[in-house]
Amino acid sequence: MSTIEFKQVSKRFSHGLPLTINKVDLRIEQGEFCAFVGPSGCGKSTLLRMVAGLEEITSGDLLIGDQRVNDIAPAKRGVAMVFQSYALYPHMTVYENMAFGLRTIGADKVAIDKKVREAAQILQLTPLLDRLPKALSGGQRQRVAIGRAIVKQPRVFLFDEPLSNLDASLRVQTRLEIAKLHREMASSSMIYVTHDQVEAMTLAQKVVLLNTGPRIEEQLSIAQVGTPMDLYHRPRSRFVAEFIGSPRINLLPARLLRANPASATFEVLGQEVEAAVDATHLPARANVLVGIRPEHVVVAESGEGALMRGSVTHVERLGDATLLYLSLGGALAVTVRVEGDASRAVGQQIQIQLLREALHVFDDHGNACPRTPQLPH
Amino acid sequence: MRLAGIYLLSALVVFVCVGPFIYMVATSLKVGTDLFNPSLVPAHPTLGNYARLFQGTQPFGRQMANSLMVATVSVGIATLFAITASYALGRISFRGRGLLLMTMLGVSMFPQVAVLSGMFELMQALGLYNKAIGLTVPYAAFTLPFTVWLLTSFMKQLPVDLEEAAIMDGCGPLRIVFRVFMPLLTPALVSTTLLAFIGAWNEFLFALTFIADDNQRTVPVGISMISAESAFEIPWGSLMAASTLVTVPLLVLVLVFQRRIVSGLTAGAVKG
Repeated sequence: MSTIEFKQVSKRFSHGLPLTINKVDLRIEQGEFCAFVGPSGCGKSTLLRMVAGLEEITSGDLLIGDQRVNDIAPAKRGVAMVFQSYALYPHMTVYENMAFGLRTIGADKVAIDKKVREAAQILQLTPLLDRLPKALSGGQRQRVAIGRAIVKQPRVFLFDEPLSNLDASLRVQTRLEIAKLHREMASSSMIYVTHDQVEAMTLAQKVVLLNTGPRIEEQLSIAQVGTPMDLYHRPRSRFVAEFIGSPRINLLPARLLRANPASATFEVLGQEVEAAVDATHLPARANVLVGIRPEHVVVAESGEGALMRGSVTHVERLGDATLLYLSLGGALAVTVRVEGDASRAVGQQIQIQLLREALHVFDDHGNACPRTPQLPH
Repeated sequence: MRLAGIYLLSALVVFVCVGPFIYMVATSLKVGTDLFNPSLVPAHPTLGNYARLFQGTQPFGRQMANSLMVATVSVGIATLFAITASYALGRISFRGRGLLLMTMLGVSMFPQVAVLSGMFELMQALGLYNKAIGLTVPYAAFTLPFTVWLLTSFMKQLPVDLEEAAIMDGCGPLRIVFRVFMPLLTPALVSTTLLAFIGAWNEFLFALTFIADDNQRTVPVGISMISAESAFEIPWGSLMAASTLVTVPLLVLVLVFQRRIVSGLTAGAVKG
């Protein structure tokens, strides 16, 4: 019933401005948790607000449950939204805040009371029902905002960066609560906007990564859609590879030497490096970028695969892991993630290993070569 | 030393501001030759002046009621229009919004006398000449620019998310204005309505020009018409009693609503 389908949806705020959203084609299944991520200015909030009906659609169709909703009023779309700023009505108690929407549509008093109390129960807000928003903590306000959405029993929940105003520990806790909410309301779809890839990766079943700036006009709005593991292991482009993963992926300039369907050999820093990618479509001696995530770089004195030496320029000890910043000579630098108790001094020379299965390759347009190893889904 | 200076200065300010009022009240309690004794404590305090006000040739009670009615109705009309107008001007972007606001500000700068004759024609055309209720038209018109300007700036400060949340909750513009925004604008509304009320209550020129009938007059004009038995006597006692009676309602209003002008009502609306 409550699938959401975008068909060639575009948005231009006013004539003469570049497109904010360019031809989004996307289908979100019933009960699916979908996250829109992207750097700031990518239009992820705009896309969400178009589903809510707060933003007009310039062209294309938006369907909720097979019904075209382009011209349907926000309140009649069966969607509920949780705002970044919570947007609670300050003059109403928690109870009235949750009941307001139902009262507006003229629901039955007894039914309203029942729904509000149920939602309060789920969100542990029962003791706070008579309080005003100003007497609540940030986390409690957030829960009221979610409660206000729940009571409407919407087909689609929309979350606009709901955790960005919370402190770190509360953010993790609320993230788990949202995940739990999604399990409990299995028939409602959820769309979640965030700039935090961790939230997107941990909560969503489907991640939509959006392009930003001139890339919107050049390559449409959507950079890649897929499961979190898809985006992490099989980025379709350099942009996706760089956005997903922290610290960001290392990229080294290289040149294609030989290619076969299962692997290809590149020249990186004057050394031959083999990568498990299909680069057969690229011309010989093509300029490419070889990428490897910091957590996949292995520090080893000897071993198979390509070995490279570098000197440590900076060390960040995070406790559970240590980040080493290596200089490979010239402007080339590589970040390496090692265990937390590994201690290295600045200036120390270490050797790293680039394993063929861990490598990504991007052509000079930024498109990825398909990786050939078995990777998790 | 510094503190003493501050206290001394405040005492002086208070004396300058409140002094005339105290003297007014004191004088209103005096009769006969006592009137010309400048002491602040009347030798033989009496309420005779007040009683005489209501027994004289002027229908003083009726005029008080007229004033109350005119001020209330005109402020009511002005507030209603101002709230809806300020929502449009503060929240909806349309062509010529800035120009409209500036025009309103410009219009409010015309002195009353400049529009007096035009207004007189208008009142006659509307059939409102010589009717107390008719005064609500010019009063509301003169209050509106100020009220709209003030409320527009308050309206602009309300968070956009709140409005969008209300839209998601199925509210139309009217419900957004009256159920969501108005409670949040209470402090602003209280101050603007209070100022508008005081303006209407004290207004003299229009009230004098548009009303000829004693029974339709408002109280400021009424006071100016209070006369003594002989033409060579100024009825200080009655004048002061009437002035006191006119001031007291305003004083009460300000004191009552002062507590309701609470800032920070919007605290807790957004973020933390």
